[in-house]
Amino acid sequence: MRLEPRENISLSLRVAAPLLAILVALGCCSALILWTGHSPLTAFFFLLKGSLGSKFAITETLTRATPLIFTGLAVAVAFRAQLWNIGAEGQLYAGACMATLLGTGLLPLPGWLIIPILFFAGACAGGLLLLGPTLLKTWFSVDEVVTTLLLNFITLLFVNWLVFGPWKDPMAMGWPQAAPVIDSATLPVLFTKTRLHLGFIIALVSAIITWVVLRFSRLGFEIRAVGHNKYASRFAGIPVRRTILFTALFSGGLAGFAGISELCGLKGYLTLDLSPGFGYSGIVVAMLAALHPLGVILSALFIATISIGADSMSRSLNISNYIADVATAVSLLTVLAAMLLSRFRLRWR
Amino acid sequence: MLDPWPERHILPMSSVEIPALQLRNITKTFGSLVANDNISLSLSQGEMLALLGENGAGKTTLMNILFGHYVATQGEIEIYGKPLVKGSPKAALATGIGMVHQHFTLADNMTVLENIILGTEPIFSFRHHLSAARVKLLKLSMKFALHVDWNTLVKDLSIGQRQRVEILKVLYRDVKILILDEPTAVLTPQESAKLFTTLRLLTGKGLSVIFITHKLKEALSGSDRCVVLRHGRMVYETATKGIKASTLAQAMVGGTLPLIKTKHPVTFSQKLLSCSNISIRGHQHQPLLDEMNLHLLKGEILGIAGVSGNGQMQLANMLSGMQTPDSGEIELNGELITHHTPREMMSAGIGRVPEDRTATGIIGDMSVRENLALESYQEPSLSRFGLLKSRSMEAYAADLIKEFDIRCPSTETQVRNLSGGNIQKLILARVLSRKPIVLLASQPTWGLDVGATAFVHKQLIQAKREGAGILLISEDLDELLQLSDRIQVLYKGKISVPVSPDQVDAATLGLAMSGHLEEFSQKIGQSAP
Repeated sequence: MRLEPRENISLSLRVAAPLLAILVALGCCSALILWTGHSPLTAFFFLLKGSLGSKFAITETLTRATPLIFTGLAVAVAFRAQLWNIGAEGQLYAGACMATLLGTGLLPLPGWLIIPILFFAGACAGGLLLLGPTLLKTWFSVDEVVTTLLLNFITLLFVNWLVFGPWKDPMAMGWPQAAPVIDSATLPVLFTKTRLHLGFIIALVSAIITWVVLRFSRLGFEIRAVGHNKYASRFAGIPVRRTILFTALFSGGLAGFAGISELCGLKGYLTLDLSPGFGYSGIVVAMLAALHPLGVILSALFIATISIGADSMSRSLNISNYIADVATAVSLLTVLAAMLLSRFRLRWR
Repeated sequence: MLDPWPERHILPMSSVEIPALQLRNITKTFGSLVANDNISLSLSQGEMLALLGENGAGKTTLMNILFGHYVATQGEIEIYGKPLVKGSPKAALATGIGMVHQHFTLADNMTVLENIILGTEPIFSFRHHLSAARVKLLKLSMKFALHVDWNTLVKDLSIGQRQRVEILKVLYRDVKILILDEPTAVLTPQESAKLFTTLRLLTGKGLSVIFITHKLKEALSGSDRCVVLRHGRMVYETATKGIKASTLAQAMVGGTLPLIKTKHPVTFSQKLLSCSNISIRGHQHQPLLDEMNLHLLKGEILGIAGVSGNGQMQLANMLSGMQTPDSGEIELNGELITHHTPREMMSAGIGRVPEDRTATGIIGDMSVRENLALESYQEPSLSRFGLLKSRSMEAYAADLIKEFDIRCPSTETQVRNLSGGNIQKLILARVLSRKPIVLLASQPTWGLDVGATAFVHKQLIQAKREGAGILLISEDLDELLQLSDRIQVLYKGKISVPVSPDQVDAATLGLAMSGHLEEFSQKIGQSAP
């Protein structure tokens, strides 16, 4: 068995392959659902009903998609330059820390001023957190997979110390959480009686800007060139190290946005369960989107749909909502396989 | 079918003897590409066959089918009358086919002996049967006059010696048919002559040899019979005796070649580039470039000859800005450029055509448009306020595609889908459109077909006539002798005195290429007027 590269990849194949892959993934999950003694069709019905069945359900799904778009973009940008940023989780918390630092009363400013400041500060924090591992990578060839991954735990433990120690809110009746952000720093809700906030719009705009940067800007050109062939890029005069450092600031900044958006838009205060692994899910989101910034929106919506729907399915049918994780994981595997098979043809000798 | 000349059967050679190798109607396709189209040929015992053809004519594919790396789409192979198991190098070896690849397959950190017995013993045996192996190898080396020290590490051997080890490795496996893929590509003229003496000895003892080549001289001097492939088809077959080089060349190319006027006297005396006392050391502090001096005049082509691995890469890297010398200075038009980055080198006026065009020269997954802009995208004509000017880039690409005749479906085509010749045209277009003062061309025609080679030569001469200084690093002596105004030879990081191509021939250059630098300077000192 061997792989032969295809000469021309038609557009229909490129669109059909991931869709087919997701169908295969759902098929695999159906087998698991059958095992629990339920009809997969009923299960999927409840899943879709829970995530898309009502106006409120849809806004919940969009709310869940918001941080995933940010972290997905962060990962996509970094991976495009072959900077393997596994640390979006930590960068998200770094952003959230800035929101608490500046947004809980230190800067008593009106909303139109403080929100941009918070986003900027969050992006700086996330970017700087990724800058360290990236400098180690460019100057000493230290593997950034290891350093960014481990930095996640360091950051989380640091936040842990903050919310149990110096930043612990005396008004929180002993819970380990920091003080809530002031009203003017809270992101406005888009529709009344829902939780969907301005962060979602900012996420969409970020995705479009990221796409424009990657496709039409000099930095984007450099990022793509360095990602495809570092040596040839250096030969052609592209400043490879500088490009990778800019990529790190860009990527970490987007992950920092996720922290600001979640904290100021949804939770209101810093806790240790601000993110149930959005940083890691961002990797899945980016890979599902084939690292395309606009594709990130679709794949974040897909994963949000499954995870929100799985809760409702689990309530209605008493199937564990871990099925959502299985569905996400299996669809990642099948989509990766499908993308490989759309570039290569399988030959049996 | 009735044979019109029945008396021919009386001849002992043709009727009684079974051919050592018989290929029948071999066809191999890769997708829509037909690499081999219905090829039939036979090889008798003790015969030396030259398989000629341009790059991409299908020579290597055919031999890889024979050796079992590929499986033919159609066709049969017989060895001494027995059909060959398809797609198994192991089976090919067992039936007596051995192949010496163009790029050697030796383990550098093992001795010659270990390399030769590697793979002939089961993995889980307790000890090597070294003494038996030694006896067998001793007999072989006596029989075929192939002398190598068994206990040296392969990394300490010269290229010619390594090739001898490769041949011994194959002979050790008792082959009857030996295939050599471009065996002289990395050898000096002297080493090549030695190789052919060895091969003659082998055929004299009853082995059959096929060697793949694109050099006419070798085919004419070395073989008994020539087979010419073109576009995957066998277009010509002849006994070598009495055949003319021009006939073979026509068969290879499929027509006559346009003659390019190559020599234009150097009319300037302005010094453009000078490298003084350049030294670069490797990881073990071995000198890769050793106190090297050279200078380049305006409007001249300076050829750098030498077997690859003698410092050419360091010289090219240094002038590309990819590597800074440990000591010494580079000057361009009086300006020191020793520590310039690649981009600074380009803006100073050095155009670079890299040796490895697919890995260094282009970014295969990006489009033709983007690759053409790769060295100029930051300039105000192509970008503004950090944004690329898409329309200007498109127009820029379209102009260059037209001017340099780059064959591609559109400017959006990924460059990795282009042929080698078109990739080289793209790189030349990108470099020459910047009007470089000095052009560094490393192996600019390596692996290109005749048409593309002629195009590259034409462009180099054009640049020279416009006043650029060209540093041409090449392993192809004919190319160097044809194009250069002066030639210098690199050997182990040392550079020879310059010599005019009118005063030397390939053999004299070969002396310098194999390290006899003093002898070389004496010889050219004598022949100089």
